[in-house]
Amino acid sequence: MTATVPRPPSARPALSALRDRVIRFAELATTPLLPADYLDMVNPLRAGADLRGRIVAVHRETRDAATLVIRPGADWQRHVPGQWVRIGIDVDGVRMWRAYSLTSHLDRPDGCISITVKAIPGGKVSNHLVHRTQPGTLVHLDQATGEFVLPAQAPAKVLFVTAGSGITPVMGILRNHDELTDVVVVHSAPTPEDVVFGADLRELAAAGRIRLIEQHTDTAGMLDAAAIAELVPDLAERATWACGPVGMLEALEEHWSAAGIADRLFTERFRPTVLVAGEGGTVTFTKNGTSIEADGATPILDAAEDAGVLMPSGCRMGICFGCVLPLREGAVRDLRNGEVTTAAPGDGVLIQTCISAAAGACDIDH
Amino acid sequence: MTALQKKDLNPIEHLTPEDIELIGKELDEIRQSVIDTRGEDDARYIRKVIDVHRKIELGSRAVLLASGFPPAWIVGTIGLSVAKILENMEIGHNILHGQWDWMRDPKIHSTTWEWDMASPAEQWKHSHNELHHTYTNVIGKDNDLGYGIMRVDEDQPWQPFHLGQPIWSFINACFFEYGIAAYDLELGAVIAKKQTKDPEFRRRVKAVLRKIGAQVRKDYVIHPLLSGPNFVSTLAANFTANLVRNLWSNSVILCGHFPEGVETFEKKSIDGETRGEWYLRQMLGSANISGSKAMHIMTGNLSHQIEHHLFPDLPSNRYAEIAPKIRDLFDRYGLNYHTAPLPQQVGSAWHKIIRLSLPNGWLELTNRRNLVPQLAVLYKMTTGGPKVRRTLQRKLTAGVRLTRAAAA
Repeated sequence: MTATVPRPPSARPALSALRDRVIRFAELATTPLLPADYLDMVNPLRAGADLRGRIVAVHRETRDAATLVIRPGADWQRHVPGQWVRIGIDVDGVRMWRAYSLTSHLDRPDGCISITVKAIPGGKVSNHLVHRTQPGTLVHLDQATGEFVLPAQAPAKVLFVTAGSGITPVMGILRNHDELTDVVVVHSAPTPEDVVFGADLRELAAAGRIRLIEQHTDTAGMLDAAAIAELVPDLAERATWACGPVGMLEALEEHWSAAGIADRLFTERFRPTVLVAGEGGTVTFTKNGTSIEADGATPILDAAEDAGVLMPSGCRMGICFGCVLPLREGAVRDLRNGEVTTAAPGDGVLIQTCISAAAGACDIDH
Repeated sequence: MTALQKKDLNPIEHLTPEDIELIGKELDEIRQSVIDTRGEDDARYIRKVIDVHRKIELGSRAVLLASGFPPAWIVGTIGLSVAKILENMEIGHNILHGQWDWMRDPKIHSTTWEWDMASPAEQWKHSHNELHHTYTNVIGKDNDLGYGIMRVDEDQPWQPFHLGQPIWSFINACFFEYGIAAYDLELGAVIAKKQTKDPEFRRRVKAVLRKIGAQVRKDYVIHPLLSGPNFVSTLAANFTANLVRNLWSNSVILCGHFPEGVETFEKKSIDGETRGEWYLRQMLGSANISGSKAMHIMTGNLSHQIEHHLFPDLPSNRYAEIAPKIRDLFDRYGLNYHTAPLPQQVGSAWHKIIRLSLPNGWLELTNRRNLVPQLAVLYKMTTGGPKVRRTLQRKLTAGVRLTRAAAA
C-alpha cells in the first residue's frame, strides 16, 4: 500500500515534528508497505489509522431490524444526533458501503455508537447487518454527516413524521434532546410488531415526553398529509422533521408549501429516486484503463464497482459529493431529473458518479 | 522447439474449429463457476497469506538485528527469503493481476498495490498482464520468451554470441528483479531504436530508479544500520534473501513456459484469433509444476501455470480446485497436459537454454567419442563468417536427419 493517510495535526508542534521524522524513518524501513500496515495488525482502531469500528453487540429490535453497537476508532468525532454514518462491511468477501442513521446516546459510558438497520427485501448489506453480523466484526467508517439535525436553539414545539426505518434518526434525536418537551411523533409501520423502537416510543409516550401517533398501515392504511394535519391541529406552530419513503416526503412537502409553511419542514431521504433513464454507453476510466458497458439506468458508480474498479464513493444519493470525478469527454444523465451534462475533450466537468448514468460514451479521469 | 505451425507433427491437427470453440465454451463455464462462488472464504485466504507474510518478515528482520550470531543469521535469512518469495509470488503477482479486485478492498487492489521488487507495479502490470498474457508464447510478440536476450527457438538463426546464453541466463536469474525492471522498460528495444530521449521513457526510467533506490536503501542501508555492529552481516543476509528470491522466481517462471514440449506460435497465427483459439494457445503454451500444497503457495500457484494462463484474474487459491476439470478437458480432446515436478521442469528448461545456445543439432549429434571433431565444427562456426556457418549448419541438420532415420 502506498497511499498515505493525512495525519491529524498535533497540539504540540515540536513533538509532532519528531513524530513525523520517526514515521518517515519507519517508512524507509517498511517500504513498499507503510508503517500503518503493520500497526493495523496490532491495533486497527488506533489514532491515525483509517477510521474503523468494531461491532461489540447486535440487539434485535423487530423481526427485520437490529441495532448494532460499534466501538469506533480513536479518531471518531462526536456526531450530532440525527446525522448518519457511512459504514463499509465485507458481505460475501466484497466491501460494501451504506449509510445508516446513528441512534445512540452521545455520552455512552463505553464510548460506543450505534446504528439501527432495517433489512429491506433483497438488500444485500441490510440483511447481512441484521441477520448475519457477529460481534467482533471489523467495519470501516466515515465521520458522521447529515443535515437532519435540530438547530442550536431547539424549537419549543416539534413534530416528527416518520415511516418504517425513518424513525431511526428521530430516535437518535429524541434520546439526546431531553429539553424537547412538546413533541408529537407520527409514525407509520405495517403492524405494531414492526415498529422499530416500538417499546422505547411507547415508554416515552407513557412518561409524557412525547405524544405518539402510531399508524399500522396493514390494517389502517396509509396516512396522507391531510389526515396528519387533522391529527395534529397545531401543525403550523410546529417545526417538522420528516423521514421516510420518497412518496410520503413529496406529499408532505406539497401540503406544507400549500399551507405557506414550507420553511418549517425538514426532510431526509434514504435513497435517490431514479426518474429518468436513457441510453447507456461505454464508460472508460482513463488512468485505470478499464472500459465498461453501462446501461442508462445504472449509476456509473455501481457499474464501475461491479466491474471491480475501485471508486471514491459517499452517500450514494447525490448529497455528499464524495464520489465526484472529472468527466473528460462524453455525456452523463442525472438520474434524479434527467438533465444531461456533456463534456467536450479536455473539459473535465466534475460529475457525481452515484447519481449519473452514462448517456453515450464517457471518458472519466480516474 | 519450433513454432507449432511449422512442426511436422501438429499436436492440434485432430481438432476441428468446432472442437476448439467447444473447448472455449467449457472453459468459460469453469471460469463462471469460480466467479459465482467467490466469497468470504477466498477473502479470508488472501488476508491470511498477507498476515502470515508480514509476521514472517517482521520476525525475520527482528532476528537479523542479531545477525552477527550465526544461528540468527541462518534463521533470519531463511525467514526473510520465504517472506520475500511469498510477497512476490502468492501476494504481489496475483494482486497485481486483479485476482482480488472483486473484494473492493482498497488495500488489496491491483490499482493500489506496490510490491517488494525493483520493477514498479504500474510498469510490470503493463508488460506482464497486457503483453505477456495476451501474446503468450508468440515469437516476436511475447518478450517473456527469453526476455529479449535469448535464443528461444530453433528458427532463430544461431549466432556465436548465443554461446554465452547459459551464463547470462544464470546472471539474469541471480538479479532477476533488475532484469524484470529493465525488461518492463523495454530497455533493449529503446536503446536499439535510439529512443532514450523520449520523455515518456525518461519518466518511466525515473520511476524505476526511485523504486530501486527505495528498495536498496531499505535492504542495504536502513536495516543494516538498525542492526548496529551487525551492519555487514545483516547486509549480507538481505542480499542473500534477495538472491534466493530471485533464483526461485526465475526458476518458477522458466518452468511456466520454457520446458521442452511447450509450444510456441508464429506471429501471424494469432491474427483474427477466436476466444477458443486464444484458450487453446494458453493450454499448449504453459506447463505446470506438480507438488505439495506448500510448493503451490511458494510458487504463487504459478505451479498451476496452465490454469493461471487460462484464467489470469481468478483467485490463485482456486486453481488447484479447477485443475482436475482442466486436465480432464485436455484428456478428452487429446491434448498434452504438461506437468512435472520442479527439478524436472527446471532441468528441462535449462537443457533447452543450453541446447539453443549451440547450433541446431549440435548437442544431439555430440557424444563422448566425437567430442573433438564436434568441438572443431563449433570452433569453425564461431570464428567463421555467415557463409561458413550456413554450410556447417546444413551438415549438422543433415546429420540429425540421418541419425533420426537410423534410430527409427
